[in-house]
Amino acid sequence: MSRKNPWAVRVGVVLIAVTLAVLPFALAQVGTAWVRITNYAVLYILLALGLNIVVGFAGLLDLGYIAFYAVGAYTYALLASPQLGLHLPFWIILPIGAAVAAFFGVVLGAPTLKLRGDYLAIVTLGFGEIIRIILNNLSRPVNITNGPQGIGGIDPFRVGEFSLASPQQIGGLEVSGPIKYYYLLLAVLMLIIIVNLRLQNSRIGRAWEAIREDELAARASGIDTTRIKLLAFAMGATFGGVAGGMFSAIQSFISPESFVLVESVMVLSMVVLGGMGNIWGVILGALLLSFAPEILRWTVEPAQMALFGRMLVEPEVIRMLLFGLALVLVMLFRPAGLLPSAVRQRELSERST
Amino acid sequence: MDTFLQQLVNGLTAGSVYAVVALGYTMVYGIIQLINFAHGEVVMIGAMVAFTMINLLAPAGMPPLAVLLIGTGCAIPVCMLVGYSMERFAYRPLRGAPRLAPLITAIGISIILQHLALLVWSRNVLAFPQIIESETYMFGGTAITNVQIAIIAICFAMMAGLALLVYRSPLGTAMRATAQNPQVAGLMGIDTNRVIAVTFIIGAALGAVAGVLFGTYYGVAQYTMGSILGLKAFSAAVLGGIGNIPGAMLGGLLLGVVEALGAGYIGDFTDLCHYGVFAGTLDACKDDGNFVLAGSNYQDVFSFLVLILVLVFRPQGLLGERVGDRA
Amino acid sequence: MSLLEGRGIGKRFGGVQALGDVSFSITEGEVFGLIGPNGAGKTTLFNVLTGIYPPDNGTFVFHGRPLHGLKAHQVAAAGIARTFQNIRLFANLSSIENVMIGRHAKTRAGVWGAILRNRRTREEEEGIVQGALELLDFVGIRARANAPAGSLPYGDQRRLEIARALAIEPKLLALDEPAAGMNATERLALGKLIQAIRASGVTLLLIEHDVRLVMNVCDRVLVLDYGEKIAEGRPAEVQSDARVIEAYLGRPRAA
Repeated sequence: MSRKNPWAVRVGVVLIAVTLAVLPFALAQVGTAWVRITNYAVLYILLALGLNIVVGFAGLLDLGYIAFYAVGAYTYALLASPQLGLHLPFWIILPIGAAVAAFFGVVLGAPTLKLRGDYLAIVTLGFGEIIRIILNNLSRPVNITNGPQGIGGIDPFRVGEFSLASPQQIGGLEVSGPIKYYYLLLAVLMLIIIVNLRLQNSRIGRAWEAIREDELAARASGIDTTRIKLLAFAMGATFGGVAGGMFSAIQSFISPESFVLVESVMVLSMVVLGGMGNIWGVILGALLLSFAPEILRWTVEPAQMALFGRMLVEPEVIRMLLFGLALVLVMLFRPAGLLPSAVRQRELSERST
Repeated sequence: MDTFLQQLVNGLTAGSVYAVVALGYTMVYGIIQLINFAHGEVVMIGAMVAFTMINLLAPAGMPPLAVLLIGTGCAIPVCMLVGYSMERFAYRPLRGAPRLAPLITAIGISIILQHLALLVWSRNVLAFPQIIESETYMFGGTAITNVQIAIIAICFAMMAGLALLVYRSPLGTAMRATAQNPQVAGLMGIDTNRVIAVTFIIGAALGAVAGVLFGTYYGVAQYTMGSILGLKAFSAAVLGGIGNIPGAMLGGLLLGVVEALGAGYIGDFTDLCHYGVFAGTLDACKDDGNFVLAGSNYQDVFSFLVLILVLVFRPQGLLGERVGDRA
Repeated sequence: MSLLEGRGIGKRFGGVQALGDVSFSITEGEVFGLIGPNGAGKTTLFNVLTGIYPPDNGTFVFHGRPLHGLKAHQVAAAGIARTFQNIRLFANLSSIENVMIGRHAKTRAGVWGAILRNRRTREEEEGIVQGALELLDFVGIRARANAPAGSLPYGDQRRLEIARALAIEPKLLALDEPAAGMNATERLALGKLIQAIRASGVTLLLIEHDVRLVMNVCDRVLVLDYGEKIAEGRPAEVQSDARVIEAYLGRPRAA
């Protein structure tokens, strides 16, 4: 951290805090949809931070990360919906979901420990897809996940009478469900950021860096690389699982469609675009890739209607084209990301001939 | 037994196509250690371009063979151009970069190509027009159509042609030299950039034909067909030993057969009612019923399982060589 | 008293017998040299000793305890640290971070400690940083503490690697060609550093080609040729051993 004027820092922090506090109400003026979009953006940030542990800190290229999101989401859905008739409270389910996700993190990570970069990527990709296919098919012979139709009617977060899903009047303000979830997500995000920062600057964080730099030397220096790598998978998976649980509650409906390969790629892109290994970079990447398509949709649709009188190109297609282009361009011109970590910058600027 | 042979025939047909597509993956990996995620999309583009031409020409009443040849003839140069461009503009600048960079680039290109195809052809499924007289030949209880025979024959011809090229021609020697040691190959006067570009182009051309064959066999082509086909072919390449050309051919055929047999039998295998323990206790098993744990809807899982099992237990594949790590 | 005993160590790679029935004994507190022509199996012996791969035959007994089947990180935790022939530093990390990583096996903070930053963890971290600075001082590169390890001059990189190895608090420090690529001044300094390390209570095992360094610094020496032991003893004795001369220089041709 550079030496800044402490007063500037304090003012800056207060400004950001105030902005974040009033943001949902400001957005609600434009439309509640924008509050929802913000909520999903925060979920993506959580995912990106989780993946950052695996890819950014430990250097393990995971192309199937969304599987942990799915595990967390389905765990919540199964324990709090009409599907199995269970309605456990969220503060019991979330830890269970986290534990289940961590378990999967270890199970899916274990076979990959001896694999090199691209092979690791492919195997994790395979696992991610297998999980999705299984979730998609677990409706026969016994209906557990309801297959492609998904699970609906998922309970929102509730404490007694207070539910996060329903709108309320609080102190004269109209507080909708999404706004309530926003504050919860923000709180969780702050917590996760602190956890990440602390992990990075710790004995474990250094061990991850060592493994990423030179695994053999790490082992010779006394690091049990197997355990530490599994730890990275488990931690990353846990964050994904928690985010998944919240996703279930917020959307109140989930289906395997939300957990396709493209989503894993999307989260990876957020990490890569923002700056692998740099927590703030990853947050920036997630924000950009979450909001840009929405802003695009907001501008492109009316623009095309005005110019051509009809939709020539769906915003979704433009979004994906730009996304693909972003990946290619970032790799060509700024491989360390928008806010690169110093270490990664050095790593990626050394080119072998 | 009849089912077995029938599945074998079907598996060989699909497998031949997988083999040809797998060649594209394996050649590129062999020469620059890159998993070209976008190769599947190249195959898809080949199919789409060819189908467009074929649908244009079909009503004209030309002989079906001519229509097919013209269609494929249009697809091949388009794919070659796509293959060359991605190498030249996206992969070549990243030649010395750490592995993550070209991998991500490949994913990006795959996404771009898929959605460009979506732009051009929209979500519509292109159908193969009814211009071929399908004839079925029976061998005992097993049926094989002329289309299947043609596919298998053409694929084998292409594989043979490639083998000739790689093992008997100066270009092939240059390719193999570059794959083994690019620096030394360069010192020996080989223009490695050119060789690499040619590798991509050949792979793309083969992919184009494979795409047409695949589309002809299943009767449809759509902008999404590249991803699954690409993944399966890639699994095949890994199974045979990534970087190993005969391996890709073997892997493709093997994967096609395993997939067909698996899909055919997995329903039976996991039908709990066939196992005495459960037959008595499960309601569903009464009256000759079924309680299938995993049916043919799990077919796609096969390629992934093969991929994972090979990479974890025998990463060098069936025909590849082990590369050790010296301290 | 014998710190490390190797008995009948053998290792084969495909068709090559890299090590064949090598036995030796290193006394606590001495500087033990491992020499031999290129390809003699010296680094292979290091690798089987430190658990990079297992030997095909033979055992190591370290401090009375057999090392059989231990993985590399366990060998390090047991007290054997090593450096590499081709310097394997964490190049993009700073010097001090490199040394701090060496402290991994002797420290305990896990995920909860990291997240909670409780008193014990904070104290441990302080200790790690302090210890790392001291080690950098000891090897003479304290000034470079925050520089990326890859940017250090060659000689300093070797010192850094030694510092990282010392962070493990080893009883035995195995150096693989520490003087390679150094000029005369640097070699002198290295010799002094080795003496200082020995004085601090660490036993040293050294692969080296530089004859002068070996003569000056080593108490005893083991000579390998084609994976076999051909001599073991004081440097002066070994230097005049006929088999050793033949290994390095070949047999004199009949005139």
